[in-house]
Amino acid sequence: MTVTQERPAVEVADHQQLVTLKIRRYDPEVDPEANWQEFQVPVEKGDRLLDALHHVKWYLDGSLTFRRSCAHGVCGSDAMRVNGVNRLACKVLVKDLGGRDGDTITVEPIKGLAVLKDLVVDMDPFFEAFKSIKPFLITSGNEPTRERLQSAEDRARFEDTTKCIMCAACTTACPVFWNDEAYFGPQAIVMAHRFIFDSRDEGADERLEILNEKEGVWRCRTTFNCTDACPRGIQVTKAIQEVKRALIFRKV
Amino acid sequence: MHHKYDVLVVGAGGAGLMAALYAAKGDVSVAVISKLYPTRSHTGAAQGGVGAALGNIGEDHWEWHMFDTIKGGDYLTDQDAAEVFSKDVIDAVYELEHMGLPFSRTPEGKIAQRKFGGHTREFGKAAVERSCYAKDRTGHMILQTLYQQNVKEGTTFFNEFHVLDLIIENGRCCGVVAFELATGEIHTFQAKSVILASGGYGRIFKITSNALTLSGDLMSIYYRKGLPLEDMEFYQFHPTGLTKLGILITEGVRGEGGILRNKDGERFMERYAPTIKDLAPRDMVARAIYTEIRAGRGCGPAGDHIFLDLTHLPPEQLDAKLPDITEFARTYLGIEPYTDPIPIQPTAHYAMGGVPTNIDAQVLRNNTDIVPGLFAAGEVACVSVHGANRLGTNSLLDINVFGRRGGLSAAAYANSLAAHVDLPDNPVDDVVALLQRLRDGGGTENVATIRSELQETMDAHASVYRTEETLKQAEVDIAGLKARYVHVGVADRGLRYNTELLEAVELGFLLDLAEVMVVSAKARNESRGGHFREDFPHRDDVNFMRHTMAYKDGGDIRLDYKPVVQTRYQPMERKY
Ligand SMILES: Cc1cc2nc3c(=O)[nH]c(=O)nc-3n(C[C@H](O)[C@H](O)[C@H](O)COP(=O)(O)OP(=O)(O)OC[C@H]3O[C@@H](n4cnc5c(N)ncnc54)[C@H](O)[C@@H]3O)c2cc1C
Ligand code: SF4
Ligand code: FES
Repeated sequence: MTVTQERPAVEVADHQQLVTLKIRRYDPEVDPEANWQEFQVPVEKGDRLLDALHHVKWYLDGSLTFRRSCAHGVCGSDAMRVNGVNRLACKVLVKDLGGRDGDTITVEPIKGLAVLKDLVVDMDPFFEAFKSIKPFLITSGNEPTRERLQSAEDRARFEDTTKCIMCAACTTACPVFWNDEAYFGPQAIVMAHRFIFDSRDEGADERLEILNEKEGVWRCRTTFNCTDACPRGIQVTKAIQEVKRALIFRKV
Repeated sequence: MHHKYDVLVVGAGGAGLMAALYAAKGDVSVAVISKLYPTRSHTGAAQGGVGAALGNIGEDHWEWHMFDTIKGGDYLTDQDAAEVFSKDVIDAVYELEHMGLPFSRTPEGKIAQRKFGGHTREFGKAAVERSCYAKDRTGHMILQTLYQQNVKEGTTFFNEFHVLDLIIENGRCCGVVAFELATGEIHTFQAKSVILASGGYGRIFKITSNALTLSGDLMSIYYRKGLPLEDMEFYQFHPTGLTKLGILITEGVRGEGGILRNKDGERFMERYAPTIKDLAPRDMVARAIYTEIRAGRGCGPAGDHIFLDLTHLPPEQLDAKLPDITEFARTYLGIEPYTDPIPIQPTAHYAMGGVPTNIDAQVLRNNTDIVPGLFAAGEVACVSVHGANRLGTNSLLDINVFGRRGGLSAAAYANSLAAHVDLPDNPVDDVVALLQRLRDGGGTENVATIRSELQETMDAHASVYRTEETLKQAEVDIAGLKARYVHVGVADRGLRYNTELLEAVELGFLLDLAEVMVVSAKARNESRGGHFREDFPHRDDVNFMRHTMAYKDGGDIRLDYKPVVQTRYQPMERKY
């Protein structure tokens, strides 16, 4: 069902354009069913999708609910499905979504995690998967008094996967994860990669053991959805391949 | 619901996560309460680096760092705090490395270091490489690393719990009241020690580098109890935010050789700070930028910004050292930094002031006495290491050094108490009444409208340049907005994830803090560090070498003053 707002005509200034946001709404306190609702929003040239969502929340319907904090793509709060693909609302400009006069942009929660309200999903299973791969440096012996040395080449080896902001865009773009919630999902493997390929870490064997389990890395079918979804440009599929190879050869 | 812990940490940014790790070493039960998932905290947005005199590139000493911190703070820095800080930061950086922080490396494999504003060798002779960094994502790496360590240690987290009150009974802190976002339930947390680590309040301004969630909640809650906030007039404007958006472009860009230019292409900082030029401290650079703009030398059709020029730097260097900020310029402004200069303007960035503490992170209730059981660390606190102006890279270490001290002090205090202090009879009453008024009061004023008017008046009247007149205007505007705030309404009546309700509460905090800032600033008839009064353009050590302590007194604000601790370095004129 689609409900369109009955409202007086929206005022649009010269430098603005009008776009329609079609948003998947769900609030079990109000209605047990989810439904679509459309809002007409005036936007300016540089506006992020997040600005348009704020316009709705602040001036049209205060009950519209989504997470956000940094507003520039570094905190990982606002992954959502935008026109069918996972994006951070704060890192995509309305104009790049075909947001020209009259266009409609659809916004839904990320898939595969339980929806709690509107665009807010239950992140706990995602964080639990992250925790299961021992996401911390594992070392033995005494610490040196100064820093451990690490060559620039060794540092470069795991650079890509240190960028992860845990937004879940990759995991919730993964068809395997949609169908099997026991699968860790790509983010947990990205995190494992970050440690397995860190020359200072000595926990690779433990982690590879965990990843080798039934619901582990072998579930990945290399569909590349995760890599396309990652707002940090992490080569997620490549990282997963490297972990698989490490498992086969048991050396990193 | 009721919970009981020995130590409670409010906030899960760098300061809170460090405090939790260190409190747990004291063999006490610890919980962290945060309105955001820990990894969403704004520590993760920090870019440039952490300053410590490791000397990995050029010779360096903690005394030089201490001196720079004090001079950078325009001598309002408490020198005992700066000394502890400059010594402790060295171990703090090694500790972060041992925890797994992936620092960038020198060719020998040591932690890489680069130049940053105001950091010098031999007491001001030349810029020194002191900022330890991980590309331009140092804060992200700190936040991730500290969170990872907390996962390792099995820390208890209450995520998406919004603290709305502190319970202080007979002068002692014994817990907090929090609102659970997912359910709307109100929880009481009883504790022997509470550590505030809730970050800054940049959202009183419109153009800011701060997250939407940085509304100074715990500062305001503390102040509403009649307890003091220190040095609130000192707020830092970072010279280089993306124009109109305020998104930060780290000083590390200038450390790598980036140059500020006016519309004539002139490297104007040569006129303002002949020795270290573009790497002068932030307050000086921010003023220089506005001076250029006011003199008609701003860039763009409206002449309202300045250019940050990186076009002479090799693209490989930008990719290797500054990948994120170049991406920000591309994503948000459509600018290619390889070939075009980045339009920037100063952006509201960092609170030097806050909840007063001593060097053991114990919170002060006046110039000398503490509030037993209450501790604070990070941007919410004022120790004061940063004085009137914080140097770049000094905050990411402040959160580590004082987070650690806070954790240790809080655990020691908890261990010294045989039992928890009893809570008052109805600790949640005030919070329930506040929420009820906002939700069911039938008000018609719009939260977003009031907030944006507040931000506009603060940008216009209380930012880089201030005068008595502009501050009076801001004061009048804020009073009007506060009167309207009483009538704000909230449309969402639900309990589940009622973020509209919490935005309304946060606006109340912002209004308080803006007012304290303006009143403190109006009384300081001098210019020092981040506080610049055009009607009193010079520093006045005779009358104002002292910290401001602002107390809520009924509907008014009462100002008192606290002496500055001076040990090694005597005030001098600040030249760079
Ligand atoms: C863009 C940017 C770049 C920066 N770059 C640098 C740099 O290069 N070097 C440097 O030294 N400094 C830098 N800084 C400054 C530095 O990052 C911050 O001052 C510092 O990270 C603050 O850490 P914190 O732990 O005090 O607070 P934050 O990281 O802001 O964390 C605050 C925490 O408190 C919680 N919280 C707040 N209110 C409540 C409440 N009511 N109830 C429950 N929880 C609450 C939040 O959920 C969050 O977890 C930068 C700042 C910004 C904005
Ligand atoms: S790998 Fe990318 S998409 Fe996945 S959680 Fe990390 S940042 Fe988000
Ligand atoms: S709001 Fe932080 S990533 Fe979008």
